[in-house]
Amino acid sequence: MKELTLDDLRSLMRLSAGEDESIDLDGDIIDTTFKDLAYDSLAVLEMASRLERDWGVIVPDEVAATLETPRAVLDYVNERAAVN
Amino acid sequence: MTTAPVITGIGVIAPTGLGAEAHWSATLSGTRAIDTIRRFESGYYPVRVAGEARNFVATGNVPGRLIPQTDHWTHMALVATDMALADAGVDPSALPEYEMGVVTASSAGGVEFGQREIQELWSKGPRHVGAYQSIAWFYAATTGQISIRYGMRGPCGVVVAEQAGALESLAQARRVLEDGARLVVSGGTEAPFSPYGLTCQISNGLMSTQGDPALAYRPFDTGANGYVAGEGGAILIVEDAASARARGAEKVYGVIAGHAATFDPAPATGRPPALRRAVELALAEAGLAPGDVDVVFADAAGTPELDRAEAEVIAAVFGAHGVPVTAPKTMTGRLYAGGPSLDVATALLAMRDSVLPPTVGVAELVPDYEIDLVRDEPRPCRVRSALIIARGYGGFNAALVLRAPNSTATGGDR
Amino acid sequence: MNRRRVALTGIGVVAPGGTGRKAFWELLTAGRTATRTISMFDAGAFRSRIAAECDFDPAVEGLSAREIRRMDRAAQFAVVSTREALADSGLDPSDLEPMRTGVTLGSAVGCTMSLEEEYVVVSDSGRGWLVDSSYGVPHLYGHLVPSSLAAEVAWASGAEGQVTLISTGCTSGLDAVGYGARLIAEGSADVVLAGATDAPISPITVACFDAIKATSPRNDDPAHASRPFDRERNGFVLGEGAAVFVLEDLERARRREAHVYCEIAGYATRGNAYHMTGLKPDGREMAEAIRVALDQARLNPDAVGYINAHGSGTKQNDRHETAAFKRSLGEHAYRTPVSSIKSMVGHSLGAIGAIEVAASALAIEHGTVPPTANLETPDPECDLDYVPHVAREQPVDVVLSVGSGFGGFQTAMVLTAPGLEVA
Repeated sequence: MKELTLDDLRSLMRLSAGEDESIDLDGDIIDTTFKDLAYDSLAVLEMASRLERDWGVIVPDEVAATLETPRAVLDYVNERAAVN
Repeated sequence: MTTAPVITGIGVIAPTGLGAEAHWSATLSGTRAIDTIRRFESGYYPVRVAGEARNFVATGNVPGRLIPQTDHWTHMALVATDMALADAGVDPSALPEYEMGVVTASSAGGVEFGQREIQELWSKGPRHVGAYQSIAWFYAATTGQISIRYGMRGPCGVVVAEQAGALESLAQARRVLEDGARLVVSGGTEAPFSPYGLTCQISNGLMSTQGDPALAYRPFDTGANGYVAGEGGAILIVEDAASARARGAEKVYGVIAGHAATFDPAPATGRPPALRRAVELALAEAGLAPGDVDVVFADAAGTPELDRAEAEVIAAVFGAHGVPVTAPKTMTGRLYAGGPSLDVATALLAMRDSVLPPTVGVAELVPDYEIDLVRDEPRPCRVRSALIIARGYGGFNAALVLRAPNSTATGGDR
Repeated sequence: MNRRRVALTGIGVVAPGGTGRKAFWELLTAGRTATRTISMFDAGAFRSRIAAECDFDPAVEGLSAREIRRMDRAAQFAVVSTREALADSGLDPSDLEPMRTGVTLGSAVGCTMSLEEEYVVVSDSGRGWLVDSSYGVPHLYGHLVPSSLAAEVAWASGAEGQVTLISTGCTSGLDAVGYGARLIAEGSADVVLAGATDAPISPITVACFDAIKATSPRNDDPAHASRPFDRERNGFVLGEGAAVFVLEDLERARRREAHVYCEIAGYATRGNAYHMTGLKPDGREMAEAIRVALDQARLNPDAVGYINAHGSGTKQNDRHETAAFKRSLGEHAYRTPVSSIKSMVGHSLGAIGAIEVAASALAIEHGTVPPTANLETPDPECDLDYVPHVAREQPVDVVLSVGSGFGGFQTAMVLTAPGLEVA
């Protein structure tokens, strides 16, 4: 399975929650929290659900709450992908 | 006693144009905005024409975050609300949060969004249904999003009575003002076009299957053969007159002077339909005699039976050819919950400019319909009061009376 | 403006655990739960596979074959409830002046079940974006436009006055009763059939709550899944049903010597303007709705004898609501019994607000507070008297019933014992 890159994640985030006019998703966001990116609970759930659908990675409820930044998501998904 | 509610801001998203002025000038020029459906491949359907608001794009007009989590219907309402608030010169952040309410009408909810998610469910499985289905599809989505976006924490509501619902939203706005609010975002929009949405509409048997846009929707014509649907609507800012004055509102388009709603009995009862009663009650509440009314915006269902019923009620209440009647919706199609609020917007502009917008496409009025239909060309006319009629599928009737702000009549205070 | 007083003189209920107000009240006072593994469709692939379903046979309940074909399940619930309410009120159809009779019916998701079933047919199970309209059934448009539900109630009652469907998500039921009461108070109608209905136990609704993890996944123990105010609560349990009432001008009800269950004495709704699904923990806007509803009823907070809570059993709701009660009632909140019947009949979205009005009216009638089932260990942040497990016999003169819903709607209603005189 191919690796999830930050750019993949960016496009997935755009699909999940659109783009807030005040936030530049193309900027240096890898360690910015989703909260600071103005992601509410529904946006995070939508992103987790798209990861599952499009990348086949199931993110359990209790884990989803701990993935607070794009880096955490990339690490989690790519570790799981490596095992599969 | 509260002072009569006034309308101080208009936002329009319609097939005829974006914004009240674009819609108004297209309407006065008699520009038909009905065409072959382009939102999806429609050639395959028995109904192929509609009034689409093609110039409307969400991107750049709706906050980016709201686009994926709301349906097209809500997108249009959000932009129309922006327009209406700007038109009224209202800054919501400067008004008391509990004194601003939101009451919109919906008819079919988030049709396109809902079809997309239900398709995901049935073709791929439950895990493919997205997180926003729970907040985008249901009928309350638009009111909720408007309330959140503008920080309006007063009474919020959603009414559904098919085409009659938009007038009901204004009546409910009036009640909210009576209870102490100063401003209500009211009216409605509708976006009924997805393949499944259209399929549901076709089943009512009242739509025109004529594929030529010029011939498809001809209410009161000898060739009337059904209605054409449209998308869009209008959002209206309704304020307590004294509050509007106090904040220095620059424009008052008109006064909501009377409203009534009735319901037709089941056919088997043999009792008469109730539209006439709605019209009479609304006039009585406005304190107006039929002779005081300068124009009637007709429901114009477009089927012979329903057209006849409406023409007979108008002639019975106002006398044969007793009042100018118009149906500018012949240019947009019927917008369901968005339709009558657009008619209200159009009537207010007619009041402002002393000109009646035309009905298009009626070549041969049914000879025994005793109505003075304004056809093809606008008609100069001082408008001190206007009656808007709306009927909703299944027997809903509603009538709303608007009065010009400078009119000397006192109806509307209650 | 001089407002008329509004009496509730007839009750009709279809709820999980039994059809009719009698079966409903027996279930509540016994503290029984009606939640089970979903039987209405194969929910094996879903996160939450449990619901509070109605054992409802429309033919047994007196609907004709033609009515059953035409009506969505939600419409069937509403019509059966309407007939029960009219019979209970003792109103003869000839007593009703059609033009002075209205309908205000609430529903959150309308005819979703039929819309989904018919979608599957015309799309051949979701094969593509374009669907085959030639397979559309004649009543499909009525399913698309939920005002058809209010129309059915109008036909069932002969109403020819104002008829409207109210759709404010999960507060639809309370809002519809509030709306109906307003029509009587202002003089637009003398009698209103008011209530709400929803039949949301279908794949698309279950899936949409799965997606946001709002419903309980306690699939191995359905009976104990709906646990409002309990530390172990993990979401609401979907339900279905309807309640419809006869509301009438109090003077009119007294003239005809009708049995009056209670008066609708106050009603208010506010928006939280915060988030479509999220709630701030402070309960501020719900508290404001409660304050205004009590004010309208001309009652002090101390007068409240029972709070019929929204109590959905989600983490955030039960805390939000507890905070709202403390904020609006002050110390009196700690002295007032609070319970959530959703612990027993689940959360039927728009219908539940009306079903809770039925429970509130019956609490006044019978002098009994229904319990909160499944409350084993309260959440430390939920520290009021939630009447765990067992119904409590005590006179109830004033009930506060509240609701909270997606879209930010916060609604409060005050019901008072008939003839309760206040300054």
